[in-house]
Amino acid sequence: METSKKVKQQKKKVLLMGKSGAGKSSMRSIIFSNHVAKDVRRLGATIDVDKKRVKFLGNLLLDIWDCGGQDAFTESYLTSQKSYVFGDVGVLIYVFDVESSDFTDGARGHSDRDLQTYGSIIAALDEYSPNARIFTLVHKMDLVANEYRNEVIRSKTAAITARSGRFARRIGTYATSIWDETLYRAWGSIVNSLIPNLDIVEEGLKDLQRVTEAEEVVLFEQNTFLTVTRVSSEIGDENPRGDRYERLSNIIKTFKNSLSGYTESNSSHQFDSFTIKTGIFNLIINRLTYNTYVLVVFPPGEAELQCARLNILSAKDEFARIESVAEGADDDFRNLRGK
Amino acid sequence: MGFGKHKPKMLLMGLKRSGKSSISNVVFHKMAPHETLFLEATTAIQKQNVMKFMDFQIWDLPGQIDYLSSSLDSNSVFSDVGGIVWVIDAQDNYLEPISRFTSAVVALTELYPSIRYSVFIHKTDSITEDYREDTIRDVMQKISDELFDEGLENPPVSYFPTSIYDHTIFEAFSKVIQGLVPQLPTYETLLDTVAASCRFQKVYIFEVTSKVYIASDTKPSDLSSYELCSDFINAIMDMYGLYSWDRPKTSSISPMDDERHQDVGAQTVEAMVCSARGNTVYLRELNAFLVFIGVSKEPNFQKEKAMVDYNIQMFQNTLLRVLDRG
Repeated sequence: METSKKVKQQKKKVLLMGKSGAGKSSMRSIIFSNHVAKDVRRLGATIDVDKKRVKFLGNLLLDIWDCGGQDAFTESYLTSQKSYVFGDVGVLIYVFDVESSDFTDGARGHSDRDLQTYGSIIAALDEYSPNARIFTLVHKMDLVANEYRNEVIRSKTAAITARSGRFARRIGTYATSIWDETLYRAWGSIVNSLIPNLDIVEEGLKDLQRVTEAEEVVLFEQNTFLTVTRVSSEIGDENPRGDRYERLSNIIKTFKNSLSGYTESNSSHQFDSFTIKTGIFNLIINRLTYNTYVLVVFPPGEAELQCARLNILSAKDEFARIESVAEGADDDFRNLRGK
Repeated sequence: MGFGKHKPKMLLMGLKRSGKSSISNVVFHKMAPHETLFLEATTAIQKQNVMKFMDFQIWDLPGQIDYLSSSLDSNSVFSDVGGIVWVIDAQDNYLEPISRFTSAVVALTELYPSIRYSVFIHKTDSITEDYREDTIRDVMQKISDELFDEGLENPPVSYFPTSIYDHTIFEAFSKVIQGLVPQLPTYETLLDTVAASCRFQKVYIFEVTSKVYIASDTKPSDLSSYELCSDFINAIMDMYGLYSWDRPKTSSISPMDDERHQDVGAQTVEAMVCSARGNTVYLRELNAFLVFIGVSKEPNFQKEKAMVDYNIQMFQNTLLRVLDRG
């Protein structure tokens, strides 16, 4: 009997739009390819639509449509290519360049061209994919001096929400920069909203947390190192560093790139394990399944370290099983509904 | 510990806007390179105590002041100086900086003959690769020609192409600082021994804040190992910062547990990454400022760990004795 363990993949169309030069292609190459912020200076303008298929977690297929932001292309998206571009969209990611002189709400004679374009895009999306999720990024925040940052984020978020039509209550707005962890926070949230069957995976993580008496267990996707999900103990929850998950993504991804430069290998599986042993905590990052890495933070001590290593090794089999169950779950669900 | 009464001084000099403050902020104050765009021009001498284990001082001198004019008390600036780093902006017209540098060397060599000079041929990231080698060679040639013309045949000058946007600035500073470390040969011998007995390809002693290394084993240095180790320290320190918060003490600890608790709490930091290709990077804290890092290609590194631990412990004990003796 042929095993029907065929991976049923979920496909999601992700539109990446925004004015030319806002930083869409740079972000995409940093998150999904293995470029560092320095490298993207060499990227040229995107011509028409650059389509890239990215596999995430093994069962999620993201079709990323990186849409060139020059006026001529935007024109054609809103007219001749409308149904092609805006049909069947799962997520729209709209990028605003915080420095753009056209990015104001139009008060006092300043140009609101960027927001007008955004408004037309929203209207087109409403027409063809009214259930799409929308994320807006206020990008290049590194160019805003520290003392003005909060005010800028507040006013831009308000201006964007005002132009979001029917989607206004559902959009997520993030302030980002390719030079720090804010990029990972935004993209982590975006991709997470698309992952199916997260609860099954979370159960597995809770088991691992219990067995290792860990303060915190975090699951990362192996290529992007975006956070998939996490579990903390009561003590772990008290950690004052609320931004630690996106920081971890940034730190590890950066080091992965460094390692790849040294070993001169392009494989996304750069390391097997990463260990830090201190007097206050132990930390292990280990390959868990083909598609994931797990990070475990637990009490200090050599004995504890060895125990945790063994527990993680035994968890590997369990998680491989969970991964294939999660992939099949959609199938069963569909069967139940009698499709 | 150190040099008795005298703190070794290192001066950072060069014309205005050559990049001196950006360099000292990036290397010694963990500033990200793109943030240096927000720095304002330096108007007063910036003295910084860096490299605490050796009491170095960096003097960032504003670019527009002429230090050789008699109106300035040159003794207060130049006495006790171990090395001068002269920064030349290589993407700009460098003829004037070069002649200012050579005039300075000529004037200072007479009064302070023990000073060693390091020329940072800076902002090389902005020069296209085709012209980079030529520019570097041109600067070196012009300087040695001018000094030769002034009667200095073999001046103590080294050259480093640098940029704050990559690791070259850190490598350059490492070499400069190593030149000023008096016990360097001792450290190098110790490190050679550890590298051989534990079969490390390359070992370093890094200063953690600046990521400058004060010693390494005597095998030829390669930038890629340095970069890997430097990035590894960054990753460790960043992750440490995320989880080093003060946790509430558990209420019930038996006397036996308490002792173990103290033993565990006193542990130094150790870290390791095992790459998929069989490379291992191993880090061990030596004291509050210094860490040992080794890169190994041994596939069985994990299994040999007990022996590695023993050897490094011996090394650490010896090193700390050397450091204490100053």
